[in-house]
Amino acid sequence: MANMSPIKVKIPEQEPTVRNKNFKEVALGYTDEMAVEEATRCLQCKNAPCVKGCPVNVQIPKFIKKITERDFDGAYEIIAETNSLPAVCGRVCPQESQCEGLCVRGIKNEPVGIGRLERFAADYKMQKNDKPIPEIKTNGIKVAVIGAGPAGLTCAGDLAKLGYSVTIFEAFHVPGGVLMYGIPEFRLPKKIVSTEIESLKKMGVEIKTNSVIGKLFSVDELFEDDFKAVFIGSGAGLPSFMKIEGENLNGVYSSNEFLTRINLMKAYQFPKFDTPVLIGKNVAVVGGGNVAMDAARCAKRLGAENVYIIYRRSEEEMPARTEEVHHAKEEEIEFKLLTNPVRILGDEKGSVTGMECIQMELGEPDASGRRRPVPKKGSEYIIDLDTVVIAIGQSPNPLIRTTTPGLETQKWGGIVADEQTGATSRPGVFAGGDAVTGAATVILAMGAGKAAAKAMDEYIKSL
Amino acid sequence: MYKIVKKEILNPTVTLMQVFAPDIAKKALAGQFIILRVNENGERIPLTIADYDRDRGIITIIFQIVGKTTKLLNELNVGDSILDFVGPLGIASHIDGYKKVAVIGGGLGTAIAYPQAKALYKSGCEVHLIAGFRNSELIILEKELHEVSNKTLIMTDDGSNGNKGFVTNALGQLIEEGNEYDLVVAIGPLVMMRAVCNLTKEYNIKTIVSMNPVMIDGTGMCGGCRLTVGGETKFACVDGPDFDGHLVDFDEAIRRSAMFKREEHDSYEEFCNLLNMEVQNDG
Repeated sequence: MANMSPIKVKIPEQEPTVRNKNFKEVALGYTDEMAVEEATRCLQCKNAPCVKGCPVNVQIPKFIKKITERDFDGAYEIIAETNSLPAVCGRVCPQESQCEGLCVRGIKNEPVGIGRLERFAADYKMQKNDKPIPEIKTNGIKVAVIGAGPAGLTCAGDLAKLGYSVTIFEAFHVPGGVLMYGIPEFRLPKKIVSTEIESLKKMGVEIKTNSVIGKLFSVDELFEDDFKAVFIGSGAGLPSFMKIEGENLNGVYSSNEFLTRINLMKAYQFPKFDTPVLIGKNVAVVGGGNVAMDAARCAKRLGAENVYIIYRRSEEEMPARTEEVHHAKEEEIEFKLLTNPVRILGDEKGSVTGMECIQMELGEPDASGRRRPVPKKGSEYIIDLDTVVIAIGQSPNPLIRTTTPGLETQKWGGIVADEQTGATSRPGVFAGGDAVTGAATVILAMGAGKAAAKAMDEYIKSL
Repeated sequence: MYKIVKKEILNPTVTLMQVFAPDIAKKALAGQFIILRVNENGERIPLTIADYDRDRGIITIIFQIVGKTTKLLNELNVGDSILDFVGPLGIASHIDGYKKVAVIGGGLGTAIAYPQAKALYKSGCEVHLIAGFRNSELIILEKELHEVSNKTLIMTDDGSNGNKGFVTNALGQLIEEGNEYDLVVAIGPLVMMRAVCNLTKEYNIKTIVSMNPVMIDGTGMCGGCRLTVGGETKFACVDGPDFDGHLVDFDEAIRRSAMFKREEHDSYEEFCNLLNMEVQNDG
């Protein structure tokens, strides 16, 4: 008989007023006992609806069963069969709209804490430090992966397991992509990312950092260099701005710049690390996605007294995960909803002093199916600010598409790729992740990397 | 790791380094830049490629010691390595089709003006080179500048080389003497480039400037290097670093260049104090 508790076993967390002053991880993870107790809430459904919600097809009931048997190694092995970054996914996947969203227990009560259990198994294995290196029979065929983010790492891992000699080209000085520069330490400790990357290297994957494809080598030159297939997982790195007055004032950052300074360059440890970031007392983050939540929570941790989320729709339409919104609120981030920036104000030195905003109301549904926000006439008001972070989205970087003749792209810059295989308009060139979809999630990128690895294997075998 | 194969002190605050980076050297063109990081805790800074040697796989950089990172870089010697070295970034300068060009370098900007002058000169263009320095002790690349130009004018603010005046004085004079330039290239401090552009606007001579704002990735990702050109926001790293100087909003660029001044200063001071303490302890 399953444990019929209506709610998930609570995961220990740092207290909000403590954690909003440090960069240590918010959630501390289950103990063995907590994990076993939560695992017994799983009904072990034969048709396993949860698995259908997982972009990488993790065999969820099977691994949870192993946890109930206290066979944590066994649980890990089942996850690792299909998921190359379990410690990452357990933390940053939007489980509520994927596996947990389909959990039968979730119909009446809280679903099984699948993400928490995945994280538990992955952390258990990482702490034991005895992750097995799969035995690989190498075939010596060279394949290239562009970008060492979630899509590229997954694709590289799967190709390496199939025996290919994989080289990842990464533009930054460290691999990891958005896992390193975007998602903050308190949500995803960087040590976890680097441990996962180390295990890829042990499998024989070569990672060339400081290699900007499109500048240092073109995709065509990779083929000339005897790479038989190329996967493009270059992400959505191009920040969008609002094109309003005052956006170039000192103190206005794109979320990319703000988060990269903090996460990748470790500006929160300035001057121990050389890259600075300026915060001030009052910070506004414009946008309602996970990136906006991350930026706001970083600003609070860096000592800002008042941190506002400025979002033009209502909370219901917010694209951020419920958990992130909840955490942000706990950490005293103030939400100014149905509010849209009109212009940013500055002083004579060119530094931000405030932002004029206008209140919005919801009208008829728009193309996205969400009710369109419309400005309320005469409702303009000014917020005093020192820093503004623009977190309204990113689009794919043009460096690769402008240097790869024959590579078809969408009007907005995304690479055109087959949904099932990642195949592009160029034979042998595959693509996946945010470079194809525009800014989405880590797990969707991983799913795309996985599908492409399989298709690349088939393509090379057909040559 | 990228090995330093040559180091030359050009003046008390400016150093030339040749770095072994064969893949970058294969692709580098005049006007492009690299981004480097000296050590694990270091920041990423952009430096324009001053020269390249495809055969030997070498990139030349010339930098002024203005802060902690450049001071750390200057501590390295031949045989040492730079941790990260990325490039070639940015769009190469367009140098085709010009007949007579005035190339202007101000201070360290002369090191960036040099490869552009060289490329123009090699393309068969008549090059007049004007370089300005605060005083004669700070003059760099004098011999090299002569080699890539038909006429070379080295100016000093204080006249200590016998040629007192700003680069704008020299340019104005050359124009008044009847030299008809179809292009002016100006590279140096923002205030100098602004002054040159104000002058060339009067004579309606197309002017290209090279912008070098604060940046992190250098691939269009952070947007920290944005500037306004002809009323539109551009990223210096991917849309530049060369821009039509008559369209650049220099006042904004000057304000943005001061954004992290205090932090940069504090970081530099702290580092210098540490170095001094080490010297004292060693003593």
